[in-house]
Amino acid sequence: MSAGRRRPVHVSVLTHAFLVLVSLATVYPILQIVTVSLRPTDSLYSTSLALIPEHATLRAYYAILFEKQFLLWMRNSALVSLAVTVFGVVLASTAAYAFSRFRFPGWRMGLYSFLLTQLFPATMLMLPLYVLMRALHLLDTFAGLTIAYTATALPFCVWTMRGYYDTIPVELEQAALIDGCGPWTAFTRVTLPLAAPALTITALFSFMSAWSEFLVARIVVSSLSLYTLPLGLESLAGVFQTEWANYAAGSLLVCVPVMALFVFLNRWLVSGLSLGGVKG
Amino acid sequence: MNATIRAPRSFPYLLLLPALVAMLLVVLFPLLYNIFLAFRNMSLYHFTDHTFVGLEQFRELFAQPVLYVLFGKSLLWTVLNVFFHVVIGVALAMLLAGPVRGRALYRTLLILPWAMPQYISALTWRGMFNYEYGAVNLILQRLHLPAVPWLSDPTWAFLAPVIVNIWLGFPFMMIVALGALTAIPHDLYEAADLDGAGAWLKFRHVTWPQILPVLTPAVLLGTVWTFNNMVVIWLVSQQGRPADQTHIMVTWIYKVAFTYYRYSYAAAFSVVVFLILLAFVVFTLRRAAPLEQAK
Repeated sequence: MSAGRRRPVHVSVLTHAFLVLVSLATVYPILQIVTVSLRPTDSLYSTSLALIPEHATLRAYYAILFEKQFLLWMRNSALVSLAVTVFGVVLASTAAYAFSRFRFPGWRMGLYSFLLTQLFPATMLMLPLYVLMRALHLLDTFAGLTIAYTATALPFCVWTMRGYYDTIPVELEQAALIDGCGPWTAFTRVTLPLAAPALTITALFSFMSAWSEFLVARIVVSSLSLYTLPLGLESLAGVFQTEWANYAAGSLLVCVPVMALFVFLNRWLVSGLSLGGVKG
Repeated sequence: MNATIRAPRSFPYLLLLPALVAMLLVVLFPLLYNIFLAFRNMSLYHFTDHTFVGLEQFRELFAQPVLYVLFGKSLLWTVLNVFFHVVIGVALAMLLAGPVRGRALYRTLLILPWAMPQYISALTWRGMFNYEYGAVNLILQRLHLPAVPWLSDPTWAFLAPVIVNIWLGFPFMMIVALGALTAIPHDLYEAADLDGAGAWLKFRHVTWPQILPVLTPAVLLGTVWTFNNMVVIWLVSQQGRPADQTHIMVTWIYKVAFTYYRYSYAAAFSVVVFLILLAFVVFTLRRAAPLEQAK
């Protein structure tokens, strides 16, 4: 793949043919959501493949916003996700700092036990948490959901934060300490502001892990008034029933901001992740 | 590594304390409780009066074919997914690392599946797999191919989530491979050109050895994630339809626990899955370690 040489024409045609084909397969399901969301209710059973359906209408968007509980689900999801984000960022940023800047008895074991949790099948945490929450009357509460999500998000957050701290020169804090700062001040005033990219990734990751989670929510939540977005949208997704267009409209409203954020953070995300990679 | 700073001895412990308490309460304690449950007979009928039954759950598990069948399906699920994630991801990365017109646009379009919430992708694909009105069969018919019973035939119903998960997972491998490819020094290719190496030789002796160290951890992580992925099969096959024939180990455990309320059996099954993954990772790292030392 040397930049100096020009590729022969047939290679470049084949390249584009392949890329266009894969891109189409990639984008098609997303376009499908748009198409279905624009269908009028009387033509949900349609065998047309047109991207803009006949008699396209925004009726489903009106229905999902004003006639369904969509805004309630969004509020519930936002509440839980924000709580998980706060816990994730606060707990991970402090613990990861201890792992990055100090060596203490149990350092290695502590760090690797975070990694080990990634090997657990989700049910190994879900089932005991479910039984315990049932005993503690935490089922069907936001507190229960927040606890379960924090447990799953925390290990990854600690590793990402610690990997990023390791790239920040320790001399900056040493200088602050010589200037008479306490270690806490050096951490909050010097290191934390420099770790802003990793904090963003950690926040985003914690938020997303709660925002798009379905299987835990399904067992913890049972009241309709506590439904989060995944539960709500799944309840609409009974295939090709009357709600199908509403499901599509709601999904699109959920997806578009998330995808925009992702594309916007694309480069940053990759560097944040690779920096936080597994380093001994 | 001289990365330490001077501080009172208690300082790192104070920093760790909040996360430690959280991990003890919401991770370690539940895990130990899961192991405790695996040795008891908790179920819907014995919800509060469960008793110690020793290895009974494990004995039942290993005596029945379901463990072995599902282990096979989990393996097949993981191998198919990871294989196509890597092949498609690396192929796309190689094309996009070169001078291709419209590279930024392709890159943006191709990471979209990664950015979509998994449950929405799964539910949308389930609609697309509908026999009569789903887009997949409609497209097949336009191409004069027979319609496929995606969600009703056990084999196709297993392949449908595989297709969805390949679609979901290749962007991650593509991004990882792209990062590794752009870091390869150009003079390596120039040296290969001087030696008269063709495209295949260049891939075999320059590209592949250079991206392998980056790809290996990603594949290891991807394997564990895929093996443990429940939501795609659960939603695409609607909880294992037809007749619980599309399950892999983890989706079956979820169903056994929360639909059939066999808590202790599910807890024991979880322990077995964890031990399988632990053995896999230890084995892989053992084999990878001498390679790294050789460099």
